[in-house]
Amino acid sequence: MSRPAERPALRDPALLPRLAITLFALVLLWPGLELAEFDVGALFDARGLETLGRFVASFLPPETSTEFLQLVAQATLQTLAMATAGVALAAVLAFPAALVASRALSISRIGPGRGRWLGEALRLPVRWLLIVLRSIPEIVWALLFVRAVGLGPAAGVLAIAINYSGMLGKVYFEIFESGDTRPARAILETGGGRLVAFGYGIFPVALPELVSYSVYRWECAVRASVVMGFVGAGGLGQQMDLSMKMLAGGEVATILIVFFLLVLLADTVSGILRRTVA
Amino acid sequence: MSRRPSAVTGVAPWLVLGFMATAVAASFWYLALDLSGILSREGLDQMVRFAGGFFPPELSPGFLRQVGWGTLETLAISAVGTLLAVLVGIALAVPGAGRVGRWARLPSRLVLNVLRSIPEVVWAALMVLAAGLGPFAGTLALASHTAGVLGRLFAEALENAPSEPTDALRHAGASPIVTFCYGSLPVVMPQLLSYTLYRWENNIRMATVLGVVGAGGLGQMLFVSLSLFKQDEAATVLIAMLLIVGVVDALSAVLRRVLSRSGT
Repeated sequence: MSRPAERPALRDPALLPRLAITLFALVLLWPGLELAEFDVGALFDARGLETLGRFVASFLPPETSTEFLQLVAQATLQTLAMATAGVALAAVLAFPAALVASRALSISRIGPGRGRWLGEALRLPVRWLLIVLRSIPEIVWALLFVRAVGLGPAAGVLAIAINYSGMLGKVYFEIFESGDTRPARAILETGGGRLVAFGYGIFPVALPELVSYSVYRWECAVRASVVMGFVGAGGLGQQMDLSMKMLAGGEVATILIVFFLLVLLADTVSGILRRTVA
Repeated sequence: MSRRPSAVTGVAPWLVLGFMATAVAASFWYLALDLSGILSREGLDQMVRFAGGFFPPELSPGFLRQVGWGTLETLAISAVGTLLAVLVGIALAVPGAGRVGRWARLPSRLVLNVLRSIPEVVWAALMVLAAGLGPFAGTLALASHTAGVLGRLFAEALENAPSEPTDALRHAGASPIVTFCYGSLPVVMPQLLSYTLYRWENNIRMATVLGVVGAGGLGQMLFVSLSLFKQDEAATVLIAMLLIVGVVDALSAVLRRVLSRSGT
């Protein structure tokens, strides 16, 4: 052991600025804490704590009665079907939108042609529409569709279809533009139509990526369709919401376990599919 | 992503496409979606009437002020939630990176995994039970999920950090806390900061919607407006949400460009 006198002075040269920055951040943060109604006391409120304690304690053991498991199995299938149908619809909506929005098929861009502004005037609104569709999150779409078409999986499917068509559309047209556009351009320059140029010049090369990204989105949709159930759009989420409102911890635990397994399954399936295609 | 010039070749891709087509058909069959009902005259009429209720958006000064406060509340939820997550994340990442001892590594990794794999909305529903309706529940929900995400990233950053500075400090007789603060923290700080900013960006987006299950912010306003059939108010809230997302996207793009320019 060295004696204290022999040790170098334990002085941090950067101490003052660091302290100042921390203090400054805390002062900035204070209104935030107020706004977020930050109140640790509320967490330790005796009554709330007791309810929560009983709820969390009832997580174990998970509910395994045959009747409930059947219910969960149905909800799981519904979740999977919602995700699949939603992404399929989204792809159907996104594909034509991407065709319109893509600059890869623009004839007016090849030469000093006329109609350049017309082309942009057509493309931009579609791009903006895609931005709006994907900027409103799926759970908000689900909330809206639940009001419009009623509770149940239909709202979830529509929400996924609308939200994901915005994302897929953007990625699709980026794939069209980022690939090798020379074949398509050659076809256009020799007088071929746009659809012919797309079908022979772009689509064959882009297909693996299109499929790969759509499958990845399907994986996200499985996760999202669980979440959307909380606003009443069917599937596992709705079941979990019900069980939570009844404070049935065992049921919540079972659903959480099934949810993890489902996400794992979706991960694996999507990985296999994408490796095969790409 | 590999970009091969060759198009689809072999049998396997066609099998995949066939499998996917079957899955889609089976899903529509299983759900027995009444698309014809939705796309029928009546269904569409109802939808159009519902959508028409959103115009024009409610723009009275009183409501705009409310939306302004809702926006601030949303930002506060995301900021405080992320900050809490950083604290909890570091507290769990240090043992998770094996800094405390072998025995502590697996349990903390397990906790991080559980925190991370429960989605924010589920956390929010749980926290509404624990802390009551309102922004505090949303803050805790964001903090819980984000702590799992950041904790794992932090742990990886700590494990990948070079060990020479810490070794040098330890050999010179520094205490473990000093070793961590002056040996590891400065090395991983840029990474921690960029992960934290990235998650904050995500959390702002998340905080706008968490309220849908009662966790405060703009989402809760949207839910309340829709429940009261005040679609015009809901439209204003939706516009505010779009603006937040747009501004955050633009700011982060600018920030990223500036940082990457000064970084290299």
